[in-house]
Amino acid sequence: MIGLFIALGVVVLLVVVFIGIYNGLVGLRNQVKNAWAQIDVQLKRRYDLIPNLVETVKGFAKHEREVFEKVTQARAAAQGAAGAGPAERSQAEGGLSQALGRLIAVAEAYPQLKANQNFLSLQEELTSTENRISFSRQFYNDSVLRYNNKTQMFPSNVIAGIAGFKPGEFFEVTSPEEKNPVKVSFN
Amino acid sequence: MWEQIKSNRLRSAVLVVFMGALLLAVGYFIGLYLIGSWQGGLAIAAVVWAVMGLVAFFQGDSILLGVSKARKIGKQDDPALYNVVEEMSLAAGLPKIPDVYIIDDPALNAFATGRDPKKSAVAITAGLRAKLTRDELQGVMAHEIGHIKNRDVMYMSIASVMLGAIVILSWYATRVMFLGGGNRNRNNSGGGGAGEMIIMVIGLLLLILAPLFAQLLYLATSRKREYLADASSALYTRYPEGLASALEKMATSSGTPVKAANKATAPMYIINPFGKKQAVNAWASTHPPITERVRILRSMGKNDSLAAYEQAYKQLHNGHGVVPKSALKTS
Repeated sequence: MIGLFIALGVVVLLVVVFIGIYNGLVGLRNQVKNAWAQIDVQLKRRYDLIPNLVETVKGFAKHEREVFEKVTQARAAAQGAAGAGPAERSQAEGGLSQALGRLIAVAEAYPQLKANQNFLSLQEELTSTENRISFSRQFYNDSVLRYNNKTQMFPSNVIAGIAGFKPGEFFEVTSPEEKNPVKVSFN
Repeated sequence: MWEQIKSNRLRSAVLVVFMGALLLAVGYFIGLYLIGSWQGGLAIAAVVWAVMGLVAFFQGDSILLGVSKARKIGKQDDPALYNVVEEMSLAAGLPKIPDVYIIDDPALNAFATGRDPKKSAVAITAGLRAKLTRDELQGVMAHEIGHIKNRDVMYMSIASVMLGAIVILSWYATRVMFLGGGNRNRNNSGGGGAGEMIIMVIGLLLLILAPLFAQLLYLATSRKREYLADASSALYTRYPEGLASALEKMATSSGTPVKAANKATAPMYIINPFGKKQAVNAWASTHPPITERVRILRSMGKNDSLAAYEQAYKQLHNGHGVVPKSALKTS
């Protein structure tokens, strides 16, 4: 009789521990999903900003057609990769960052442009957008790290294995240019 | 981070209980000497405590913002400030972006308030806003958002409203007593022995000392939270130098007090809002010395994690740490 109770107690305890760890894993996985959605929002923000920025710079620097085309192409490529996983996506976004860096470098050569109010406010928006992308990526990667640690460490790895929790993918910085975010300020 | 939030919550609860006990003691003596019934006094204190607690929980942030004469701004008023707050909310993973307030005061200061990460606000003086570069502004806002993320804001608004209640009640009671109140009691008891005198003296002492006790209690926990918010700032921005140089700018003009600041709201600010003359003893100050905070941030070097901050802090404090161990493990 006592043996039965002990066995029952052990089973109940195991179930409770299982539920606790399982819920913890679900919470962390949801956080990773949320963080990923947030990066998405910020990248979209950048797509929306670009046509406006290109138009404004065009108004002062008509002859830099090649640069405008590069930015437009890179934007299209990045938007095309919007449904892909972190690795492919980060490749396309890296290309866009590079093209934007060149556009800003070109703008630097036009003093009237630098004094233009519209351009100045776009410049602040671009700075902020670049920051938002890197900060939301930072939060995403931290969340993935925490989630992955949980799925690989004992004892939660056992439950992660049974319940099929797959490790998350980091949003890596691919190009060396992107590691130094676009410098948008003129000093 | 998560463990740190848990331990902060527990500390908040302990503080609320202690402050409540102090308030009840004050109520007891007020009842005994001013109304003639200690039960009545206790009831008054309990009601004040409950009402203040509820008000602090639901309206604490708007009261504090109102007292500080802060005005809410929108994105069009200051796009860069607004953007920086949004960026730091992303870095901290806040579920909602805090409201942004400006205090029209030339003094250099900032604070955060709110109930939880879903309902919070950050405020900065116009003076500080004008003086900081974008990187420095980022460091300061990350510090404030660190307070929100670490659940310091609810603790601070509840504690400061309760401290306010204790200060007001005791101030009121001592004034009434010195202006010839308590007569009723003397008539009731008719004469009174030495024992009663002693109790009365204890009561008077309590009424005078309660605000000091409450404040010390409040301050002891608030200093540690400043360090933790600095550590969070470095973690979110990955650039401790931003906050360090902002703090340095504030240090050079910390003689200018924030006009709307008072004892109850002081610990909320990023640096002591009273100016230099208030910095008496280390245990009685709301904030750790700025030079020390800058030194810790600067000695973090290239690594910006909580562990790096802990390391730098330990070097300055003979091996004593400030970041909870469990928080270090998960970061």
